[in-house]
Amino acid sequence: MTIHPTTGPGPDFSSERGEKTSPERADVLGGAATSLGHGSFDDHHPPAQELLDDCVHCGFCLPTCPTYALWGEEMDSPRGRIYLMEMAKKGEIPLQGAFTTHIDRCLGCMACVTACPSGVQYDRLLEATRPQIERHVPRTRADRWFREAIFTLFPYKRRLRAASIGGALYQKLRPKSMDKLMARVPQRFERLVAMESLLPPVRLRDAFARIAPRTPAVSSPTHPTRRGRVGLLTGCVQDVFFHPVNEATVRVLAAEGWDVIAPREQACCGALGLHAGREAEAAERAKKLIATFERAEVDTIATNVAGCGSSMKEYGELLADDPEWAERASAFAAKVRDISEIVDETLADPRARRHPIEAKVAYHDACHLGHAQKIRTEPRRVLRAIPGVELTELPESEICCGSAGIYNMLQPEAAGDLGRRKADNIRGTGADVLVTANPGCLLQIRKYLDGELPMLHPIQLIDASIRGVRPPEMG
Amino acid sequence: MVDAQMVREFTDLLSENGVITDEVGLRSYECDGLTGFRQVPALVVLPRDAEEVAGAVRLCAEYGMPFVARGAGTGLSGGAMPVADGVVISLQKLRRILEIDVENRRAVLEPGVYNLEISKAAAPHGLYYAPDPSSQQVCTIGGNVAENSGGAHCLKYGFTTNHVLEMEVVLADGSVVTLGGPTGEQAGPDLRGLFIGSEGTLGVCTKVTVRLLQTPQSVRTVLADFPSIEAAGDTVGDIVDAAIIPAAVEMMDSLAMEASEAATGAGLTVDSPAALIIELDGPADEVEAEFEQLTAICERHGATRLHVPQEAEERQKVWKGRKAAFAAVGRISPDYIVQDGVVPRTRLAEVLTRIADMGRDAGLRVANVFHAGDGNLHPLVLYSEAAGEHDAAEKLSTDIAELCVELGGSLSGEHGIGTDKACSMPAMFSEDDLGVMHRVRLAFDPDSRCNPGKLFPTPRLCGERPGKYQPHPLEEAGVIERL
Repeated sequence: MTIHPTTGPGPDFSSERGEKTSPERADVLGGAATSLGHGSFDDHHPPAQELLDDCVHCGFCLPTCPTYALWGEEMDSPRGRIYLMEMAKKGEIPLQGAFTTHIDRCLGCMACVTACPSGVQYDRLLEATRPQIERHVPRTRADRWFREAIFTLFPYKRRLRAASIGGALYQKLRPKSMDKLMARVPQRFERLVAMESLLPPVRLRDAFARIAPRTPAVSSPTHPTRRGRVGLLTGCVQDVFFHPVNEATVRVLAAEGWDVIAPREQACCGALGLHAGREAEAAERAKKLIATFERAEVDTIATNVAGCGSSMKEYGELLADDPEWAERASAFAAKVRDISEIVDETLADPRARRHPIEAKVAYHDACHLGHAQKIRTEPRRVLRAIPGVELTELPESEICCGSAGIYNMLQPEAAGDLGRRKADNIRGTGADVLVTANPGCLLQIRKYLDGELPMLHPIQLIDASIRGVRPPEMG
Repeated sequence: MVDAQMVREFTDLLSENGVITDEVGLRSYECDGLTGFRQVPALVVLPRDAEEVAGAVRLCAEYGMPFVARGAGTGLSGGAMPVADGVVISLQKLRRILEIDVENRRAVLEPGVYNLEISKAAAPHGLYYAPDPSSQQVCTIGGNVAENSGGAHCLKYGFTTNHVLEMEVVLADGSVVTLGGPTGEQAGPDLRGLFIGSEGTLGVCTKVTVRLLQTPQSVRTVLADFPSIEAAGDTVGDIVDAAIIPAAVEMMDSLAMEASEAATGAGLTVDSPAALIIELDGPADEVEAEFEQLTAICERHGATRLHVPQEAEERQKVWKGRKAAFAAVGRISPDYIVQDGVVPRTRLAEVLTRIADMGRDAGLRVANVFHAGDGNLHPLVLYSEAAGEHDAAEKLSTDIAELCVELGGSLSGEHGIGTDKACSMPAMFSEDDLGVMHRVRLAFDPDSRCNPGKLFPTPRLCGERPGKYQPHPLEEAGVIERL
């Protein structure tokens, strides 16, 4: 039998896991079986009892949970979801039905992890729970199809590029009347409408541009030595829809004295799948990426995508059971740094002079950077290092913008409410530009800010400052 | 019991999204911050405004259903635990700040507004809301009214009752009344004062007008380590004798500091037997002069370290170390009970020594975090459910609360009686006292449908052994289930 109900196109990783399954598992498909001592969960990494026990039900997580902020309902709060996991673990409720609904509604933003005084590792609980749902809860045909479509397209740079031709063409030819038409699409197609509206302005030249496999450090008489070799994860969506961010990243790294290696053969890091519970698929992608960067022989692995960084830093845990890969995965994870961490370390001894940019800058914490990787001060510090930049804080900065990986496509209504809320908070600051370190957030917020102010990745601002040019989109 | 007709009427009133009837949803409401007591409600409803709250209460009256109003569900005495076959009215959709009246220094709030949000909204005007329970980031003003919540700064500024001017309240029959007045002064008996701290047994408040204070000109805080609990306790006595009224005097013992430091990294000295966090606020000159006196008193009692945070950010970090302490204890013990009692300040050292002895006899650890300035103790009884220590812990916890009464104090300082300590009420009040309280309650709620079973001892409740949920043997055998 296979565990993954994968029927659509795309790679099928079920065989590797299939060998490990026990025959009992077929019995627990969505049911409340009490075999194996894990209640409704199977025995492949169910949420650990000691992690569940950490929660003392104090409720300190409630105000920062996006779904609780929207609805105020206990079962759509971190405390409530942990309570449901506990019930499922005891076999009191099945996975199918309400349990899956409430876990599906979680954005996985990890704001609760930041807020928790008891040190509850909700991130680990969620990552243990989602694959259980993927394995045991049959999804409706439409849901299955939609999820497969996402995972057949987004993790593949080449497919994204091909799709971008269609996207660009569509945007050129899209008649104004489409807005009205989209507004009238029946409810059951709301996910497709959400997907359509997230499509950024496609520039084919950017979509097909590629980062050079090797960019040498800029050397100068004062700094003749290089700092080291950095491997850059170019990403999927990032490289196709936000290629200028990658270009800026390479320029800044080189200007600060790093040789930049961007292996051509690199593929998706698996973050999108990992955060959606597609564990086996993510593990395969992780192995490929590890091998790629081992060959590149780099000191550090840089990423400018919060979601990718967060999952690459967890490769050690993801592959912990695999004797061949466990050690290599930990070694890889130890080298992963967000671009803001790398630039922040160079601030003590900067090589590239910063030119002033007079602007009021609003910084939005991407959840996978702020909450998941706890990187909050570094991006602010590197932005403040630009002369002329006045950094402003957003109200409710800890609450997710609603992007959350593929959440805004799967749960468009909640994502829409959160997107509008975030846009209102951004407007209130009167900032000249919004910066955030995640393409998902940029796509989501762009949709609700509707061109009111320019939006950039922080590295683009730093790049413009080093080169002494106006930042893109800021005239 | 809930029938289809009734659900339909609630749905008509509150929309589909405002009524929870499925088992999984209902079970997530079965307890509040005190998880030892659980009861699955028959129905949970989420009204969106005061009018819908009144409508929901009227429907409960029509069907004779008991109900419990619930805020963020962070209470530590089981006050928001549902009633069997009853309705939970969640006020979590009523979160609007209706008005900040800067000139008159007042704020008008819906009951679901988080305590900390009030001060955040008032801050741009140089104002703040004084009562600051440790859970202020999540507890709601409605819950604060129900429990007459305190906080670290109540020593100088008083409890919730000293800051609420006026309330709109829905009574058990669904009628809406206003208690108190916008100026806080009114003729006749103080019904507003009666309602605050009544733990949901007199009605549901739907609008609260609170007093805002001017942000103090100057604030000075010191974190002082002491070689013993007694030395710290004597310091508190001397501060009061010196006629200094600090904004806050908090004490933590080493066990509490160990947990909190692990959670917050606030800079507490983990191996120090005791520490005080003392804060002064007011006009700059006055604060400076008193602060010198204060540090001298600390040194006289052998303070081993005086940490004086300079920046506001640093000060907040120290406070975070204090305010996260309850929840942080989860890091050093799988299970624990937060107790809440009051003793006269002069008997602090005595009660702490006796608590330590009682803990030793019971073979359990007790961590102490408390508002030393007003003698409000929060002993945390640490135990392991898995090791079968629950009953011993529950007994120790109850004994500690009753010890407070014996020493001339109170069963509760700020967490309320709720379900947890209803059965201890006779230790503090005579039958006559309780009879009078009951008659007052019936004047508001003749059918006892507002949060029944809380606050007052009932034969049914107290006949059963209070404590953590224990499955019936038939449940364990899988013959019956409790939903």
